Amino acid sequence: MTALRHRLAERGVDRQLLLLVPGLLCVLTLFVYPFAYGVGLSFQPTHGGVLGAYKDFFTDAYQRDTIGTTLQLSLPAAFLNVAASVPIAYRMRGRFRGKRLLTTLLVVPITLGTVLTAEGLLNFLGPTGWLNRTLMSAGIIDAPVRLTNNYWGVFFSLVITGFPFAFLLILSYLSGIDPTLERAAATLGAGWWPRFHRITLPLLAPGLATTFCLTFVLAFSVFPSAILVGDPAGTTRVISIAAYHAAYESYDYPLASAIAVVMGVVELAVVAAVLGVRSLFYTGSTGGKG
Amino acid sequence: MTTFEKLRLDGVTRRFGGKDALSGLSLEIRKGEFIALLGPSGCGKSTALNCLAGLLPLSEGSIWQDDKRLDTLPPERRGFGMVFQSYALFPHLSVRKNVAFGLQMRRLPRTEVRRRTDEAIRLVRLEEHATKLPGQLSGGQQQRVAIARAVVLEPSLVLMDEPLSNLDAKLRLEMRTEIRRLHQSLGLTTVYVTHDQEEALSMADRLVVLRDGRVQQVGAPEELHTRPANRHVADFMGYRNLLPMRVVSASPAFVEVEGGGMTLRGTAIGELTAGDEAMAGVRPEDLRLGEGGVPATVEVVEYQGRELAVEARTEQGTMLHLRAAERPSPGDKISVVADPARVLVFPL
Ligand SMILES: Nc1ncnc2c1ncn2[C@@H]1O[C@H](COP(=O)(O)OP(=O)(O)OP(=O)(O)O)[C@@H](O)[C@H]1O
Ligand SMILES: [Mg+2]
Repeated sequence: MTALRHRLAERGVDRQLLLLVPGLLCVLTLFVYPFAYGVGLSFQPTHGGVLGAYKDFFTDAYQRDTIGTTLQLSLPAAFLNVAASVPIAYRMRGRFRGKRLLTTLLVVPITLGTVLTAEGLLNFLGPTGWLNRTLMSAGIIDAPVRLTNNYWGVFFSLVITGFPFAFLLILSYLSGIDPTLERAAATLGAGWWPRFHRITLPLLAPGLATTFCLTFVLAFSVFPSAILVGDPAGTTRVISIAAYHAAYESYDYPLASAIAVVMGVVELAVVAAVLGVRSLFYTGSTGGKG
Repeated sequence: MTTFEKLRLDGVTRRFGGKDALSGLSLEIRKGEFIALLGPSGCGKSTALNCLAGLLPLSEGSIWQDDKRLDTLPPERRGFGMVFQSYALFPHLSVRKNVAFGLQMRRLPRTEVRRRTDEAIRLVRLEEHATKLPGQLSGGQQQRVAIARAVVLEPSLVLMDEPLSNLDAKLRLEMRTEIRRLHQSLGLTTVYVTHDQEEALSMADRLVVLRDGRVQQVGAPEELHTRPANRHVADFMGYRNLLPMRVVSASPAFVEVEGGGMTLRGTAIGELTAGDEAMAGVRPEDLRLGEGGVPATVEVVEYQGRELAVEARTEQGTMLHLRAAERPSPGDKISVVADPARVLVFPL
């Protein structure tokens, strides 16, 4: 009896496992059940057999193209967020005066929410916004540059809301890298660039991949800004808008579910690809306090 | 490889928030020397080393390599090798790539990088582990990688910050010999930081004892061992009996001091006249059991291999540390004598 208990304990099976029960129940009722229900629904369309809803989605170019539209927005936005965060976080990894203030300023957009950001964008970048008025009164342009209600409006909005996440994550990954490693590299004759790209960057790469995935997933499900500062009928008709239309305008729940499943699969594919690349890097301890 | 005849530290000072971590360190390091920086925790040893390496800017003072001013150069332009207390091996690079890193930074031809890397790995006997990552090595092996990585560049100066502090006693002894051997066979100049006086005494040509950021004494091992410059150095060099006394008489050859029911004769370190308060220092090895000495009662006996370490209390309550050849028992009454030639008397 005790021997069995020992053997089980060695594999991590003991009474502490009971602590998992409430969490598992929550996950089951709040996530797994609705998810399975949605997947099931997507295979029960009113016509066209089991895969009818999927067939509808993929044969209709207007629907199918939303995948590309969404990827065209979310991939560059996620990429820019990560790429812009790295140098800023790298400069800010040490301790210096005013670091807290600067971090706060960079993180404020998180608290604004999408709608406020969209409003701000319209005010600033819109046809009669400050930017266009300034440029026109300076005589640099004759007609307003269109930066809202199209691709760029949504893109800016994704960058503004996604950047703080990426920045905070990367800053914490960076502080997890032992600063003596770079000092060691310096005593071995490495200037700042080799120190960064041969020591810090490879150690940071797994963190960058994770950050990229998270900001990508956030951006991929873009909905409010695609409508508020985008062109929801045309260039920024993203996949979540297609799902919304199917569900609440055509009341075609199977199609809406099918679109949601497609969304999930595309996200998974991108995440899997990025994590596949990540596994090529060193992913062990980085010696720091993280 | 750049060499130098002399490295001169001139009043090197480093402050952290108004408090001196290192103040006015002046020292001349000759080519080929093995210097140990010695002192208790927090005395500024790492600070001194980091200032030398260029990892910490100086608050005051300057560092000269022959006639070239060094302290304004960044670490990558000084060409010193450094072994960090935590080793600081690059965790994502194999042993071989860790060692080759510095050579690649110098843009040496690939064949030369390979040859010198192999040589350095062989020197520290890690051939079988060359392709492993640092995380797959034991502490002692990691430490040897750190040493190989620093010496493969044949730097004009090697700085080592307590490289043996994480190792077990046996390995520590082996590595001591190893480091000393490398120093000699490669003709290195080494500055070695430690808080272990035995390690410093056995390895270094010259010792620098620091306390609270200030140099207490610079000298050869024998000099520090037999003639510590003050009671702090004495305390650090193993003079475990530091007894507060009053000077009875002082002649150039001998001083006589008394206190705590004892009278001792010894050598004065510094100016002393009759009536002064002083501190008498004796090593445990220099106190013996003998007739007509200070009466004391044994309290603790520790077995230390060849000898026994004894703690005994005098009638006045002063604790004495001594060595004995045969085992006394706690509670025994003994009589303790000191060799006058080995007693040092320090002014307070
Ligand atoms: N970055 C820092 N900021 C503030 N104070 C510091 C800093 N680094 C060191 N100090 C202080 O400077 C003094 C000397 O530190 P240092 O690290 O040189 O000691 P050490 O002799 O190497 O000690 P140890 O043997 O414990 O490594 C200490 O009192 C320490 O608190
Ligand atoms: Mg230290």
